[in-house]
Amino acid sequence: MNTSFPGAAGLRQFGHYAQLLYQALRSSTELSTYRKNLFQEFVKVGYESIPIIFLVGIFTGAVLTLQTAYQLDTDIYPSTIIGSIVAQSIVIELAAVISALVLAGKVGARISTELGTMRVSEQIDALESMGFNSVSFLVVPRILAGILMFPVLYTTAAIFGIIGGVTAGALDGILPAAEFMEGARAFFFESDIIFGLIKSVVFGFVITSISCFKGYYAFGGAEGVGNATTQATVLSCIFVLLADFTLAAILL
Amino acid sequence: MIEIKNLTKSFGNLLVWEDVNFTIEDGETTAVIGRSGCGKSVLLKHLNALLYPDAGEVLIDGENVFDLSYTALRKVRQRFGILFQGGALFDSISTFENVAFPLRYFTEQTEEEIEHNVHEALSMVNLENAAEKSTSELSGGMRKRVGLARAIILQPDYLLYDEPTSGLDPKTSDEINELIVTMGDNLDITSVVITHDMHSVLEVSDKVAFLDDQKLSWFGNTKDMKHSENQNLLDFIKASEYQIN
Repeated sequence: MNTSFPGAAGLRQFGHYAQLLYQALRSSTELSTYRKNLFQEFVKVGYESIPIIFLVGIFTGAVLTLQTAYQLDTDIYPSTIIGSIVAQSIVIELAAVISALVLAGKVGARISTELGTMRVSEQIDALESMGFNSVSFLVVPRILAGILMFPVLYTTAAIFGIIGGVTAGALDGILPAAEFMEGARAFFFESDIIFGLIKSVVFGFVITSISCFKGYYAFGGAEGVGNATTQATVLSCIFVLLADFTLAAILL
Repeated sequence: MIEIKNLTKSFGNLLVWEDVNFTIEDGETTAVIGRSGCGKSVLLKHLNALLYPDAGEVLIDGENVFDLSYTALRKVRQRFGILFQGGALFDSISTFENVAFPLRYFTEQTEEEIEHNVHEALSMVNLENAAEKSTSELSGGMRKRVGLARAIILQPDYLLYDEPTSGLDPKTSDEINELIVTMGDNLDITSVVITHDMHSVLEVSDKVAFLDDQKLSWFGNTKDMKHSENQNLLDFIKASEYQIN
């Protein structure tokens, strides 16, 4: 088979990725194998990410409010429009995307490093040799935690983003909290939240599955694990942005 | 009984070995020896299908492991215990939990039974007092012994040792060699030992398989090695600076 054409390596990688996902899907029924790990991953992916997501939300909302006020520094628009723009931008785009990019570093890097280290130190071989399904034990709970916890983190980022916007607007004397919220409510659509939630589920899947794939197939000692982690983080960011564009094109 | 038939393996264009044939009889300890990089560990990982060959068979009691479904293969794998080169301990849990790990997932034992069995396994490898230690507190020799305790906890039929004495001082190596002999005698386990430590080979093994020049170069009784006409084997022994009496 000629495998020297441009993109062959990428295609092979995608084939292995698809194969791992297929194995994960097939073994997702073995709940008894990964139940304990699933709760641990809920904590690591969800609970332990709340502080950074809190900061991301607060500062994104605050900065967006200040910049929107600066750009709309005219009497043409009512000040409530700032609340509308900030709240909708956060709910539709920023809470999901900025959180995902931060979590690609925090969650994705941890997953690929953990699995990569387990691979090169033969811990995954040890699991398999005991008769464990290592994909079910290691990969399934991490992907499920991403799919189920990212919407929670998105919601957290959105809530604190709006709180950050309200607070920055009030403290900087741009507009009172009541006006900000009036503007936010005027352009509030439930479909925007659903769109944001869908995005967060997709981003959770993209980041955890790519990171699992890179870590699970890591090779070459400490340097190999480092390479796997770098690739996992970079690829996660790229595919989050691609997924963001694709979902916007399809759903908006 | 493990029968290795016409086994050939390569990685890409790199041939590891071809047409390897030998049989590991029940209750015996077989040492697989050869130079670094000759594919000893690769061969070991074929015995329970952690790796798949390009051609050939590994028959466990007449059943080819490479033909098994994944579900059936997992059952066969549970008949094996493996001591990996670095121990392959799970570093997120304690020594006790590492040894208890297979019991928690593959048996219905109560906590008291698990505790009893784990302490028994740890005492067999002379580590009674290490149960609550973190794996990062263990020395190289201790990690291997904990790995051995974990490997025998489900009372496997076959025990595979990947370089059990590499990186250890001579005294600790002797202790590990004694453990290998004890495991074979007391637990009636069939063992395969991957090593290039000739002292270890002579201490523990009944048979020797010598991998060299991308093939099985010599296979026979350990005591017959000194009568071998295989010059490469004799050179290998000589290079190990071990004098066979």
